[in-house]
Amino acid sequence: MKTEARLLIGLGVFVLIMGIVYGIWSKELSGTVMLIGTGILGIFPGLYYRYWSKRMAGRPEDTDAPVDAGAGFIGSFPGSSIWPFVLGMGCWLMVLALVFGSWLAVIALPTITFALAGATAEGRRGGAASH
Amino acid sequence: MVDVLEPQTAAHDDHGHDEHHGPSGIMNWLTSTDHKVIGLNYTVTSIIMLVIGGAFAMLIRAQLTTPNGSVVTLAQYNELFTMHGSVMIYLFAGPFAFGGLANYMVPIQIGAPDMAFPRLNALSYWLYLTGSITMLLGFAVAGGAANFGWVGYAPLSDALNAPGAGADLWIGALLLTGFSAIFTGVNLVATIFYLRAPGMTMFRMPIFTWNMLVTGILILLAFPVLTAGLVMLYADRHFGTHIYDANHGGVPILWQNIFWFWGHPEVYILALPFFGMVTEIIPVFSRKPLFGYKGMVFATIAIAALSTGVWAHHMFTTGTVLLPFFSFMTYLISIPTGIKFFNWIGSMWGGQIRFTAAMLFAIGFLITFLIGGITGIILASPPLDFFTHDTYFVVAHFHSVVMALVIGAMAGLYYWFPKITGRFLNERIGKAQFWFLFLGSTIFTMPGYLLGLKGMPRRMAVYTLHPEWQHLNTLSSVGAWMIGFSTILFVINAVKTTRSPKTAGPNPWDAHTLEWFTTSPPPHHNFYALPNIRSERPTWDYYHPDAPALTHDDHDPSHMPNAAKGATK
Amino acid sequence: MLEGVNDPVDNPGSGLVRSRTSRTRRNLGLAALVLTPLLLSSCTVPGFGAASGVTDASHKTYKLWQGFMITGLIVGGLTLFLIVYAALRYRRKSDAIPRQTQYVTWIEILYTVIPTIIVGVLFYVTIVVENPEVARVAHPPAKINVVAFQWGWRFSYPGYPNISTVGQTTQNPVMVMPVGETDAVTLTSLDVIHGFYVKEFNYSEYAQPGVTNRFDVHVDTVGSYQSQCTQLCGLYHSLMYFKVVAIPAADYHACLTSASDGPTFVACAEKALATAGSQMTANVRPTQGALSHHG
Repeated sequence: MKTEARLLIGLGVFVLIMGIVYGIWSKELSGTVMLIGTGILGIFPGLYYRYWSKRMAGRPEDTDAPVDAGAGFIGSFPGSSIWPFVLGMGCWLMVLALVFGSWLAVIALPTITFALAGATAEGRRGGAASH
Repeated sequence: MVDVLEPQTAAHDDHGHDEHHGPSGIMNWLTSTDHKVIGLNYTVTSIIMLVIGGAFAMLIRAQLTTPNGSVVTLAQYNELFTMHGSVMIYLFAGPFAFGGLANYMVPIQIGAPDMAFPRLNALSYWLYLTGSITMLLGFAVAGGAANFGWVGYAPLSDALNAPGAGADLWIGALLLTGFSAIFTGVNLVATIFYLRAPGMTMFRMPIFTWNMLVTGILILLAFPVLTAGLVMLYADRHFGTHIYDANHGGVPILWQNIFWFWGHPEVYILALPFFGMVTEIIPVFSRKPLFGYKGMVFATIAIAALSTGVWAHHMFTTGTVLLPFFSFMTYLISIPTGIKFFNWIGSMWGGQIRFTAAMLFAIGFLITFLIGGITGIILASPPLDFFTHDTYFVVAHFHSVVMALVIGAMAGLYYWFPKITGRFLNERIGKAQFWFLFLGSTIFTMPGYLLGLKGMPRRMAVYTLHPEWQHLNTLSSVGAWMIGFSTILFVINAVKTTRSPKTAGPNPWDAHTLEWFTTSPPPHHNFYALPNIRSERPTWDYYHPDAPALTHDDHDPSHMPNAAKGATK
Repeated sequence: MLEGVNDPVDNPGSGLVRSRTSRTRRNLGLAALVLTPLLLSSCTVPGFGAASGVTDASHKTYKLWQGFMITGLIVGGLTLFLIVYAALRYRRKSDAIPRQTQYVTWIEILYTVIPTIIVGVLFYVTIVVENPEVARVAHPPAKINVVAFQWGWRFSYPGYPNISTVGQTTQNPVMVMPVGETDAVTLTSLDVIHGFYVKEFNYSEYAQPGVTNRFDVHVDTVGSYQSQCTQLCGLYHSLMYFKVVAIPAADYHACLTSASDGPTFVACAEKALATAGSQMTANVRPTQGALSHHG
């Protein structure tokens, strides 16, 4: 966990410093905003990992653990699901609505809602992706 | 739902495991959330996109063999090069790497049963596929496909200059593939952070996985910016805003800033996966560990960090950017790239190199990318960029880079094909393909550099006033057609192979990483057993328990020239 | 293992290895001996496909280009040599497992530090060339306003409201510049982004809507330089021509004061070009890179 946190915070802090230097030197707005925003975007999850790395014992994958240290339940993985396809088609129709006219959104929005509901229900029934 | 148990130990090779009992045929294709099926879907779709984008390139080069080419009209030419660039960048290079091979290999390389979010992974693929169809739909609508170049500079891409539906389809396609990339990035980062096998510490991860982790983070940092820029462009076109419209107080240069703030990290989002592939391949076929593993990791991270601060080197001639800052950052980025080169050479040094097709492609990548890298350093100098900007010199530079990536893609395909299918691609055809691709790339790009120095601007359908440019252009076209022919050889090879027997076995190359520990192709949820992981080469350690240990040659200054002396100890 | 992938190669004795290595070193030394005088005498440095151009800045850019190319060829050549040498020298000779060297710290430090130094030098020389190129003269003796539009150019001369040249695509409008004087060029666009690029200036800059860029040019050779737009600007991008006519400064000012409108000014300038050109035949059309200029 520590390495992950360091990686994200390191990247974020570097970009943030670069953003400050760039902002002071160039006085150009868009790049400064994007650099500082990007820096914060890196630091934010990094701090989350840092928070947990301080409060967690070393995971098997962070140590010289033997391979059976990880034996047991690692998680439920959905074997197959139709909902990503339905959701993808809904999103496609939504994008086509941007091009060919908003009447397509009348089909797209219910499809997306239906797919999200379906995927959520499926996840609850099977207890999917709980890791 | 299948609950996954971590395999016990390496001893249980015949460990009973639930085989996948999902639907078959077309329903399997539609509903599968297995990262291997999705990875394969991505790979096949992106290679189809490579062929389509390549076909556009063949037409472009045919047009340019004469000064007043009549293969296509001026309007069609603009559509062709726009779609060539868009298809290759948005629909081939990225999706092939982070959607295709990474999707397939990263979970296996770290000993995970699947990606962290399998259904999100499936959604990524559907967004990518529909995005690809959306972009190509442009040719079917009135007014034709997008015609403002793959960079879509405002105001050429606004409602006034690009009124057709093709431009909207282009924006829509980028929104879809952009979200697809973001979801894949989330998935890669979460998988690598949370699903590593016991003992697989961060600094034991295969370098390809490291590169994909950094790529994933870069995707998360860069793609949202592009999406925001596209939404503003769409708003300008349809909702009456004037964000990029200079005539109403807008700022056209903002588009370039936003686009390249995504665009330059994107260059490394494209390149890092292929660096990773080559970095896997070279040590395996040299029978050596990767030279300077940690240096390689830090170089990759450094490239990612610096790549966020170099975007405006694409905008030196706008007269509105801070030249020394971007020039300096661009020079800096060449240092970690150089470190990578010397690590690759160091990995070969003193080895026992087997010249399989994959290794040939990897060396071809090094040479082609070297040319692209050196010319990149030239372009990092603002005065030299003023000199060559928007000429064929720049076109040749980035085609050296991307052709290196295509060669690297082939290296990855020849390397991992036995793992994915259990079958070997034909080596003889592979080597023929290599020479056509490698020499074709060189013959294709070299005249471009000279044409640029002679002043030929890019994106020119005709060069009426300069018939003297014809010879070099024709030579360049011959190189492009050689590349096209090499792609045909690959397709023939892949189709032919489907009839050959499954002879690969789990570890045909005597490789280093975990994907070579499992069967070829891997079972559902990837492993029946896992070895103990004590270095970044668990499979090698398992197969070579008596091999000489890794050495840290800190006290042997004569090492480099004399490495062969220790070779057969 | 695959069969027939590799040709087995005889394992060379260690003596052979040593002699090969020393021969390589000797060759490298020889190469350095040949290269050094080449680098020292600037007259023999090739142009690597570029030309020196016709402005003060273009000569400096050309020299910078030569320097970068030489550095690039040395660094790239060395790297290429190492790649090919390693690949051929260490091709498989036996099934033995080679020494598993992973870290040689001093080499890693070496190939981090040396590129850093090279890059530092390149950045320094870049700044040396760049700063005067982007500098602006306080009171330029000549001025020209360039306005780009789809798909043509308008050239006008501040202080001479009657004189302006407009032309599109193959009409090839003429832009007149004085030789031997600094000419301040302002660039803007009426619609989309265009690229102002004159090959003989070794320089380009965007003409953008809403932005007025300025750069200063000091042309030193009489001639006529065919140019065109470099930044994609729509349908007729490949036909968006213009021509720079550089005439002696005295003629330039004489034509400006005597001409009544754009066409007469251009006619006067082209007449001056023909006169000056017949006196200096070598430089009338230096577009073919046959320039004999060594700065």
